[in-house]
This record gives sequence, structure tokens and C-alpha cells, in this order.
Amino acid sequence: MIEIPSADVLIQGILSGILMGCLYALIAAGLSLIFGLMEIVNFAHGEFLMLGMYTAFWMYTLFGLDPLFSVPVCGAVLFALGWATHKGIIKRILGGPMLAQIFATFGLGIFLRAAAQFLWSPDFRQVAKPLVQGPVKIFGISVGLPQLVASAASLLAFGFLYWFITKTETGAALEATAQDRQAAALMGINTEWMFTLGWGISSATVGIAGAFLASFFYVFPYVGSLFGLIAFVTVALGGFGSIPGSLAAGIIIGVIEVLGGLLIAPAFKYVAVFLVYLIVVLIRPQGLFGKF
Amino acid sequence: MATTGTVEATTHGSGSRRTFGLILLGLLVAVALAFPIVFQLPYHRDLAIKVLLFAMLAQAWNILAGYCGQVSLGHAVFFGTGAYTSSVLQMAWGVNPWFGMVIGVVLAVALSQVIGYPCFRLRGHYFAIATIAIGEIIHTLAINWEFIGGARGLTLPIQRDSLAAFQFHSTKYLYYYIILGLMSLCFYITWRIERARLGYYLKAVREDGAAAQSVGISITKYKLMAMALSAGFMAAGGTFYAQYVLYLDPDSVFPLSLSILVCLLTVVGGTGTLWGPLVGSALMLPLSEFTRIKWGGTGSAVDLLIYGALLTIMAVFQPAGLVGMFRRWGRR
Repeated sequence: MIEIPSADVLIQGILSGILMGCLYALIAAGLSLIFGLMEIVNFAHGEFLMLGMYTAFWMYTLFGLDPLFSVPVCGAVLFALGWATHKGIIKRILGGPMLAQIFATFGLGIFLRAAAQFLWSPDFRQVAKPLVQGPVKIFGISVGLPQLVASAASLLAFGFLYWFITKTETGAALEATAQDRQAAALMGINTEWMFTLGWGISSATVGIAGAFLASFFYVFPYVGSLFGLIAFVTVALGGFGSIPGSLAAGIIIGVIEVLGGLLIAPAFKYVAVFLVYLIVVLIRPQGLFGKF
Repeated sequence: MATTGTVEATTHGSGSRRTFGLILLGLLVAVALAFPIVFQLPYHRDLAIKVLLFAMLAQAWNILAGYCGQVSLGHAVFFGTGAYTSSVLQMAWGVNPWFGMVIGVVLAVALSQVIGYPCFRLRGHYFAIATIAIGEIIHTLAINWEFIGGARGLTLPIQRDSLAAFQFHSTKYLYYYIILGLMSLCFYITWRIERARLGYYLKAVREDGAAAQSVGISITKYKLMAMALSAGFMAAGGTFYAQYVLYLDPDSVFPLSLSILVCLLTVVGGTGTLWGPLVGSALMLPLSEFTRIKWGGTGSAVDLLIYGALLTIMAVFQPAGLVGMFRRWGRR
């Protein structure tokens, strides 16, 4: 059943997998940040991405602003959403039962998806004339220019996030809150502010990822479901709470997706991703780079 | 919940409370039995059948997630296994659907152990995400497996009305009594578990796995038992669905949305409570129908808008669900 495709198809596939993987990594980074900070999985993360994409789409349709330029807008809108989510929902379930923690954000996800469908219909929409489009050749390998730009920008955003967490004082405070909430509070860190900020940053990153994605992917209410699922798998594979782990896992998943599609059958590309994920977490429940 | 319930009962005089409960149960049974006689329209009966079916499915999920604390987001797998097993057996080898139901249950239980044994090493969120992944893998496999009809699905051969063939066309009320019976069995078993030693073990695993293990409870064993029961009832519901609709495809019996619906009904009704799944199903499914009539079709997604909002509101403000809320009021 397995058919080996020619070398240049394989190389091209792997390259496009790596490019997509960078974007997966950026989507997953926010999810990982929140989990590291407060051990909560945002099951509405994919829907946050969807809203980021719609923001970019509407900025383009209403004001003619290319998705690449609406990045700050998407970041800001989603930052506000993350902020509000923490203040309205997450704060209240922090010490609550596991079930409440899962279904509070799960319900939010269903709500946002339905709201998008209610307001903007289930139609597939597309940014008609993005600024960057078409393929480009690097070393004789043809790749999509939007994908290339999106992945480069994702890496940049990812690097900035990593720098912010590891090198700035606020980042150190976030890290301290993640490690020990009470000790951090005793050191004079306002942990509630850290949680709110963490949610804001997490949502802003996924909003930025949404803007990049909108320049070459369809926008529809259910778009978040698939990307959200991939983000959970990426974070679990990389190790919850490990931001560099997300980058590695994102790229691994991007490549597996392409290889699964090429070697087995296109219909099975996500089966390959999920299978690899299951095998890894069953052997290493903490994920590839997780500490606990 | 059960322990506080007994404490409550002894302080308030158990006699009157028990009598009240029995009267309520008697009324409920009477209403359930009389329903298809009073409501003759196929529409009402169809809705009632769906309410009962989903009450059973929600209860099945509740046994694992509510009592034992293992949140599965891939329970459609077992529903689909039941639906496909009986249907494929019937179409390929002419196996009687009742017998097919039994085989479907056995297969689903076996599958649940194969999935559960490795996955129960994962805790909390990790387990939940793993079950989504498994659900999506099996959904995709079903779409691409030509032997079981692939994405086109299966249309079951039409037969004469008979209980043996598990098909009724002239009147649907027998479906109602069949699912009422199945659901009652599921609720009865849950009720017995709640009161038996097993129920306390399951709750111990839910509340604190490490503590349960330290007093000698094999947590994996009890998780697997809960999973087996849960999967078995899901599969029985799957066969019922196949015989009722007489058509099935992967998107109707394996989707993530089905897995989520059973969680949603339970969470709204009350997880870890006996009546929660029925309360959730009896409230939410008619609500969904109502919004579809009022706002037309599923295109506008008003039902999902309400579902999502209710799920979040219940999880945040009322984690014990509606049943938990009633209990608190009852205690005042």
C-alpha cells in the first residue's frame, strides 16, 4: 500500500510541512502558555483562532486592509477577548472541579462557533486578493509565498514571545506564577494580574496566527475545530507548559501530516498525526519536552 | 452527594422523604408509559424517543465521567461500534439485529478495554484530548472503510413490522417502549451501582486517585469497569438508533459533535447524579427542536448558541448541574 513518491516531491512536501508546522507552533504556543501558568486547557482555543481569522477577513472586506497589515488589530481584538474570558469565566473555575474546568471553555467554544455561524453564515470565505500570493522557488523547490511569509512571521512572533517570557521582568513574573502561585504572591507579584495578562497574551498570539492563516486559508465558522484539535495535540506532544516544546512539536506534526498524506493517503494525514501523538503520550505521558 | 443525602435523610426523618421519592418515581413511570397513548403525533413520539435514547447515552457517559471522573470526549466511538456491528452483520450475513445488538455491545466493551487500558495512564486533560484523538481516528477509518459502506453509509433493508426484526413502519410507538426499556435498564444499573460498593470505589477514584490507590483500590481496574459499562450502553443505543433510522453513515454515528452532546446533556442535568442525564436530555432536546422551529433549520445555529452558553454557565456557576441545584433548594 505504501508507495514511495519521488525525491523532489518528498522534499517539497517536507518543506511545506515545516512551514505549516511553524504556524501550528504559534497557534499552540498560547495554549501551552496558559496551561503552564494555571493548568487549564482552553478548549475554545481553536475558536479564538477562528475569530482572529474573521477579524482579518472583515478588516480586508470592509477597509481593504491586507491580512498582513491587520496583524496588530487581530492581536488587540483577541487580547481583549482573552482578557474578558479570564475575568468572566476562568477566574471563577480556577479551584473548581476538573469537569467544570473542561466544560467551561468547551461551552465557550461551541458558543463562539455558533455565534460566528449565526452572525456571518456558514459560508466559506476567502481574502480575494491578498498582497502576497502564488508560488515562489527556493533552491529549485516550489513553495507557496503566503505560507513562507506566514511561517517566517510565525517564527518571529514565536521568538518574540519566547524572549518576552524568558528575558523581561514581566515574563519572569509570569514564570514565577506558573511555578508556584503562592510563593509568587508572597514575593509581591500580583498573580491575578499575571493570569489576566497571560490570557491576553495567549489569545493575542492566536489572533496573530489567525491573521497570517487568513491570507491563504478559507475562513468559516468551523475552521477552528481542526486547528484547535491540532493545537491540543501539538501542546500535548511537546509537553504542556513547554513553549520551546510547542515549536518542536508543531514542526514534527506539520511534517507527519504531509508524510502521512504522501505515503499512506491524503484522507489519512490526520490519522497519522493523531496516531503518532497517541504513541508518544502513551510512552511519555508528559510529552516530549514536558517536565512533569 | 450520596453520603450527604443519607445524612440529610436521617436528620429530616427518612420515612417521609422516601415516600415522596417513591411517589415521584411512580408518577414518572406512569407518565412515561402513557406518553405514546396521549401523544399520537409522530413528531411528539419521535422527540420522546430521542429524549429517552439520549438520556441513556448521557447516563452511559455519566457512569465513566460523572461517577468515576474520567472525562471522555470520544464516546461516539462506542455508539458507532454498536450501530455498525448490528447493521453490517445484518446486511452481510442476515444476523438478527437483537443478536447483533448483543455482539455490538460485546465488541464495544472489548474496544473500550483496548482503548482504556493504555489511556487510563493519562490524567485529566491528557485523557480527554487522547479520547478526542481516538474518536477522530476511528471516524476517519470508518469513512474510508468500503466494506462498511464508507462515506456513503448503509441503508438497512426494509422488512415487515415485527419485534423479531426490530423494525416498525406503520406505527412507531413500539420503538418508544423498546428505548424506554433499555433506558430504564441503564438507569436501574446505575442506581444499583450508586448504592453498591462499586459506586463508592468509583467515587473514590474520581475524588482522589492516589488516596484510593493507597487504601488498596486498584484504580485502573475500576476505571476499566466503568468504561466497560459505559461503552456497552453506548453500543446498545447505537444499534437502537440504526434500527430506528434504518440508515447510518460515519458522520451521523461517529462525529465529535455526538460525543460532545452526551457530555453536554449530562453536565447541564448534573454529572455524577442518577437523574442528571434524564433531566438534561428532557430539557435540552425539546429546547433544540423549539429553536429549530422558531428560527428555522440548523443553519442559524441558535440551538448551539444556547447549548454553548448553557454549558459554560452551568460549568461556572452550577457544576453540580440542575439536579444539584434542586437538591440544594430541597435542603433549605
